[in-house]
Amino acid sequence: MTVGIVVFPGSNCDRDVRWALEGCLQLSTRFLWHEERDLSGIDAVVLPGGFSYGDYLRCGAIARFAPVLEAVRDFAEDGGPVLGICNGFQVLTEMGLLPGALTRNQHLHFICDNTELVVQPQRCVWLQGYGSGQKIQLPIAHGEGRYQCDPAQLEQLDGQGQIVLRYAANPNGSTGDVAGLCNPAGNVLGLMPHPERACDPQLGGTDGRALLASLLGAQVAV
Amino acid sequence: MQVSLRPSVLDPAGEATRAAAIRLGVEGIRKLRIGKSVELELEAPDRATAQRELERLSDRLLANPVIEDWQLSLSEVEQQP
Repeated sequence: MTVGIVVFPGSNCDRDVRWALEGCLQLSTRFLWHEERDLSGIDAVVLPGGFSYGDYLRCGAIARFAPVLEAVRDFAEDGGPVLGICNGFQVLTEMGLLPGALTRNQHLHFICDNTELVVQPQRCVWLQGYGSGQKIQLPIAHGEGRYQCDPAQLEQLDGQGQIVLRYAANPNGSTGDVAGLCNPAGNVLGLMPHPERACDPQLGGTDGRALLASLLGAQVAV
Repeated sequence: MQVSLRPSVLDPAGEATRAAAIRLGVEGIRKLRIGKSVELELEAPDRATAQRELERLSDRLLANPVIEDWQLSLSEVEQQP
């Protein structure tokens, strides 16, 4: 099991993700520079947090055209597990792998805090380590995390079981309290909170561990 | 090319700016929405091609149609020698 961690110019959680996967879970990882196209030997892909390409134009808008993401798109369409954390979630929506968009927080503040989340794992491969309705604590750190979609779309996402993580107390004005979404197949997950920062008890919590550890038990398709 | 947030999308930066405008003493501002303006020069064989390329660019890169609307204004200039 080797997890590919995409590195854009401006990514800043790539090493945190590596540390969580290797140091806490003994998984092997490989950094994938944004210009790479070769995902051979990769069993799962993480798009980490940060400010890809300086977040110019819109968060994730430039990253979407990175060569590595063409390969990630094929990987995701073949059923490979893909996780987008924070800026990675923004990239997944800009790519169209997940619907909607992430916009400026309601009260304009950059929020750096612990949040309570309610998990509805549904068929999301990344969340099978949690119970239905389980409450977990994960850190958030973002200025543009307000999930936005129209009411009809929200209803459709809800009906299809794609809203897998909701804020217990909405910190940023997200539509439908959405903190994380998966695709209909369940292999692509995007979330604003940072599971990689909640894998070691010394950091104040380990609720993110089961999310990353889901890879250990996953039936990997590619 | 003008990019604006769609009317249904909250614009917190616009709201904060409106609040500051009121503190400045400007009265009567009913609405303040912040968008983006992109100026670009494009070489194209004719106007229709330019229009088509700019539309593609606006829709796919410069604006995100999920949250933003865009408007183009196009003017022709002679090629510089």
